Amino acid sequence: MTDGATSVAPTVSAMAPVPYRVRSRVVESPDSATLSLVPVGDALRAPKPGEFMMLYAFGVGEAAISISGDPTVTDGSITHTIRAVGAVSRALHDAEPGTVVGARGPFGTTWGLAEAAGRDLVMVAGGVGLCPLRPAVLGALAERSHYGNVTLIVGARSRTDFVFAAQLVKWAEDPQIELHVTVDVPVQGWRGDVGLVTEPLRRLTLDPDRTTAFLCGPEPMLRFGADALVAKGLAAHDIRVSLERNMQCGIGWCGHCQLGRLLLCRDGPIVGYDVAGPLLQVKEL
Amino acid sequence: MSGHGEDPDAAFLDVAGLHRLVEVLIERGYHVVGPTLRDNAIVLAELESAGDLPHGWGVDVGPGHYRVRRRDDEAAFGHSAGPQSWKQFLHPPRQRLWSGTRDGASDAQSEETPRYAFLGVRGCDLAAIGTLDRVLGRSEYPDNSFVSRQRQTFVVAVNCTEPGGLCFCASMGTGPAVGPGYDLALTERLEGDTPSYLVDIGSQEGADVLAAIPHQTAGSEEIRCARADVEAAAHRMGRQMPDMDLRDLLIRSRESPQWDEVASRCLTCGNCTMVCPTCFCASTEDVSDLTGDHAERWRHWASCFEFDFTFVHGGGNVRQSGASRYRHWLTHKLGTWHDQFGMSGCVGCGRCIAWCPTGIDITAEMNKMAGDD
Repeated sequence: MTDGATSVAPTVSAMAPVPYRVRSRVVESPDSATLSLVPVGDALRAPKPGEFMMLYAFGVGEAAISISGDPTVTDGSITHTIRAVGAVSRALHDAEPGTVVGARGPFGTTWGLAEAAGRDLVMVAGGVGLCPLRPAVLGALAERSHYGNVTLIVGARSRTDFVFAAQLVKWAEDPQIELHVTVDVPVQGWRGDVGLVTEPLRRLTLDPDRTTAFLCGPEPMLRFGADALVAKGLAAHDIRVSLERNMQCGIGWCGHCQLGRLLLCRDGPIVGYDVAGPLLQVKEL
Repeated sequence: MSGHGEDPDAAFLDVAGLHRLVEVLIERGYHVVGPTLRDNAIVLAELESAGDLPHGWGVDVGPGHYRVRRRDDEAAFGHSAGPQSWKQFLHPPRQRLWSGTRDGASDAQSEETPRYAFLGVRGCDLAAIGTLDRVLGRSEYPDNSFVSRQRQTFVVAVNCTEPGGLCFCASMGTGPAVGPGYDLALTERLEGDTPSYLVDIGSQEGADVLAAIPHQTAGSEEIRCARADVEAAAHRMGRQMPDMDLRDLLIRSRESPQWDEVASRCLTCGNCTMVCPTCFCASTEDVSDLTGDHAERWRHWASCFEFDFTFVHGGGNVRQSGASRYRHWLTHKLGTWHDQFGMSGCVGCGRCIAWCPTGIDITAEMNKMAGDD
C-alpha cells in the first residue's frame, strides 16, 4: 500500500511462465527435436493426452506446443516435440540441455482416451501431427486390454521427416498395434505406402459403431481423413480432430484462436468432427 | 460494486451535493474518474472536482460523426457515449504481466491497483463492465488484475434521460435505466435553473457515501417524474436492432454477399474494436532488454481487424479478406459471444458507428441482413 487510493494486488499469475530446465534433447528429423523438461521449482499439473502447453523461449516469445510424452511417466517431467517454423519454435527447438524455458498449462481439451474405453481406436497422424497423438497411442498401449483394435496411420513428406522413427519401427513389429506408414515422396528401399494417409485409411476394415478416431495433421488431411471415416459409417462425433489457430494466452483472454463459436484454447484444440466439420467448410472463418 | 436496489428512500442532491459527492469519494481514497471536456470531445479522466464535469455540453453524433455542442442548460450528463469507455481503466490498453531473468527467476510480481470511483456510468456501459467481468473476471482462469480493479471500483451510475442519435441500448436490454452493479445511481433532473439529481442506493457503501453528503429525501412526485423521464428515453433511441435472434441470423448469413459489400466500405482500421466497451482481444508481447538477461511480458489491446491476428506458421493468416474479418467481428459481437459467454457482446452504446471513419452502422447492417434473410 502506498496511499489510500491504491492497493497492491497480485498480477496476472496465469500468464507468468513457470521455469523448466531442458533435461535432454533428441533430434527427431531435420527440423524437429524432442525436449524433456523438468521443473526448476514447483511442477505444473501432469498433462493428459491431447492437452497443450504455452512454452516460452526467454526474451523471444511464447507458442502453443502440444505434449508428446508418455502419459504413464509421472516424474514431473513434460515432453515436447518442437518443429522449428518461426522465431519462438526455432529458439525452443535449439534449446540445449540445461537451458531454462518457461511453461504454462496444461491447457485445452483431451483426446478423450478414457471415454473411448471398450472401443476400437483408429489414429491418423500427418507429419508432426504424430506428436500430440503419441501420448494417446502410449496411453492406449499401457491399458491395452481396455481397447479393441488399435490402428495407427502415419504419413510424412519423406522417410526422413518421420518423428519418433525408432518407435515406429518397434510398433511395426508389435502385434498390439496395427501400423501403416505412408510417404509423399518415396526413396529406394521404402517398403511402406506412397501417397496420402487417406489411402491406407480407405483400405481399413472397421466396425463403425465401435470405432473412435483421433486425427492430427494439416487441415486438409483432417478434412479428407474425417470424410473418409464418415464414408465408412463412423458418426462424426466419434471422430476427434486436433485444430490449430493462433494462440497468445491459452486461457480464453486474447481472442486470437477463435473458430466460429469455439475458443480453441478452451473449447479445443481437440474437437468432435460433428462440431469442427461444418466450421472447417467455411472459408476464412 | 454490489447489487441493485430500488431504494424507497431515494434522495435528492442539488449541484452543491454533486460537488460534495466527488469530495467525499476523494476523501475516502478513490481516484474519481468521469466525463470531462478535452480536445473537443467528452473524454473520461480523473476529476479533481465536480466542476470538471462537462456542464452545459452535449454531443451530436452520426455515422462517422462526433461533435460537442453547447447546451442551453447546465446538464453534467447531457451527452451520449464518447470515444472512450471504462474498459481502459479495468483492462488497460498496455499492461505488464510478468518480468524475470534468464535463469528462470521471476521478479516480484505485484501491481498497484488504483481504487477508482467511476462517476457517470450509463446503463450500456455498466452492462459492458459486466460483460468484461464475465469474460475476464469469471473465466476458468480469472484475470487477477481485472478482478481487483473491478471489485474495488465504486460506481456512480447515471440513468439516461437523453439518448444520442446512435444509441440502441433499449434494443440490447441494457438501458436507458441502469441495471445491477452500481453503488449509487443518479437521474439528472433539468427543471429549474440548475440541475438536480435523484439518487438511488445500490449498496451499503453507496448508502454510507450518501450519508456523508447533505441531501433531501425525494418526494414521490419527484421520483415519479424522474422515472418517467428515463422510461420516455427508451422510446427516443436513435437506432434499433432487428427484434429477432441475431445469433441464428448471423450463422445463417455466413455466406451472404453482404459481407463483401460491407468490406468495400470497411478500412479494417479496427477503430470499432478500440472504442467498443466490451472488445477484449489482446496480444502478448515478449521483450528483453539490450543485455538479453532481463525480459518482460506485456499485453496490449489487439483487434481482430489486424491482418496477422490469425497468423499460424504453415497456414498463414486465416482471415485474409476484409470481408472475413468484418464477418468475424460482427458475428462474434452479436452471435458467437452467446455461445462462448452466455450473453451478447454488444450493449448498444453506438460508439462503433460514430467512430467508424466510413460510417458503417452495425444496426443498419443487421437490419439489412434481417431483411434479406
